[in-house]
Amino acid sequence: MKPADLSRHVSKWFDGSGPGADIVISSRIRLARNLAGYEFLPCLTARRQAEVLEKLKEAILPLDLGEAVFFVDVDASSTLEQDLLVERHLISRQHAHGKGPRGAVIAPSESFTAMINEEDHLRIQVFKTGQQLKECWQQINRIDSAIEQKVDYAFDPEYGYLTACPTNVGTGIRVSVMLHLPALKMTGQIDKFFNAARDGDLMVRGLFGEGTEAVGDFFQLSNQVTLGASEEQIVEEFVGLIVPKITQYEAAARQVLLTQQVDAVDDKIQRALGVLKSARLISSQEALFLLSHVRMGINLGRVDGISLDAVNELFMLTQPAHLQLNTGETLDADHRDAVRAKMIRSRLCAN
Amino acid sequence: MLCQSCNERTATIHLTEITEGMRAETHLCEACAQKQGLAVKSQIPLNELLSTLLAAQTESQGGQAPAEAAADIRCPSCGMTFQTFLQKSQLGCPHDYKVFDEPLKAIIQKAQNGHARHRGKVPASAPVDTRDQIKLMNLRQQLEEAVRNEDYETAAKLRDMMENLQ
Repeated sequence: MKPADLSRHVSKWFDGSGPGADIVISSRIRLARNLAGYEFLPCLTARRQAEVLEKLKEAILPLDLGEAVFFVDVDASSTLEQDLLVERHLISRQHAHGKGPRGAVIAPSESFTAMINEEDHLRIQVFKTGQQLKECWQQINRIDSAIEQKVDYAFDPEYGYLTACPTNVGTGIRVSVMLHLPALKMTGQIDKFFNAARDGDLMVRGLFGEGTEAVGDFFQLSNQVTLGASEEQIVEEFVGLIVPKITQYEAAARQVLLTQQVDAVDDKIQRALGVLKSARLISSQEALFLLSHVRMGINLGRVDGISLDAVNELFMLTQPAHLQLNTGETLDADHRDAVRAKMIRSRLCAN
Repeated sequence: MLCQSCNERTATIHLTEITEGMRAETHLCEACAQKQGLAVKSQIPLNELLSTLLAAQTESQGGQAPAEAAADIRCPSCGMTFQTFLQKSQLGCPHDYKVFDEPLKAIIQKAQNGHARHRGKVPASAPVDTRDQIKLMNLRQQLEEAVRNEDYETAAKLRDMMENLQ
């Protein structure tokens, strides 16, 4: 299997099939680890970096992960392949465009990836659709322990798992949920979400696109503190406290929209559909923005004849690298906008 | 740190302005910052956040700041200095956590909400203690050199020593 084989379908984590996925699109847990006896990346020579890559590859590839995983030599991959993996959230932008020997071990279901030689020697992640953080933790903990039987992690009795940046030290855990909060945005209550995040010492980022800007009302919410609490405690804070609170805010806002502002909602959805169905040029930013309204419309039961699957597919497959790999040619931004518009038209008008 | 404007809420927004070489700092809470029309980025990349913390740390403690006094500390294993770490916010090797000691601990506590001790998962295998890690790293480097010099007798000895440590 190779990265391009993934380019034609929606990632499982975005397919909307998980528990509560109309609001909590997906759950992800990442662990940062480093090998004992090796410098961190900033001080690691290319030769030793290659050694780290080999060691971790050998430790991870034979593991029983429930499916046959494959290795991607990120350093040797084309820019398009690198970007495809970034768009699918399988590797980070930093990893894609980093330098030196580095790679990724990927499960074809995309529920598991290991980035080797990103900011730390090893970053493993488990991804699931909907709110399934506890399941993510159980799975990643098992995988982490299995890797640990084969390699020595840099571990300190006082500081725990040692990481290149002290913001990850201790558990090395990053717990994230991807959220779709269009109603909070539309009712002018998105501050409720930002305040809840700030009170919980959590970080907010966008889900799609280049920067950290949240496009199309999609947000990623993650913990910042990695030291001084156990992994279970950190997960529990999300599952028991933060996620229910934000879900409740968004659900209440959706109810308000349906009971008090139904014309405004329908107008927004239908205008979005109108543009999507007729545009001849559309940027990925605009597409995300409009598709977000359509996704909300479907989840509120205000759209007939368009499936959530179709919309999810468009979110994922209209991203620049996906578009180019699937058309088989390198396209500049203007051409991409035309191809994207055509793809959206044919998908939505066929429904 | 309290907000300089209202003196009530905790200051969460720290501005550093440099005008004609003069550095001025303002510490505000979110409400006062908004009143003053300051646009606040709601998402700050971790590295940026850490740099801000590092700057605040150095400033708040004046000339005698441990962070400044520690600037020249150099890790014997990887060569990283504390100064370089302050600039790049990434450490050079696991040993740095011991070498940079207290000044680093102060930064960790700031970044980690006051915490300085791990309370989570511990590897099932007996943790390689930090001293062993340094030894291992040094041995590995020596081993590399021995192999490069085709000194296989030394290399074999080093390998045995490493195996004993592991």
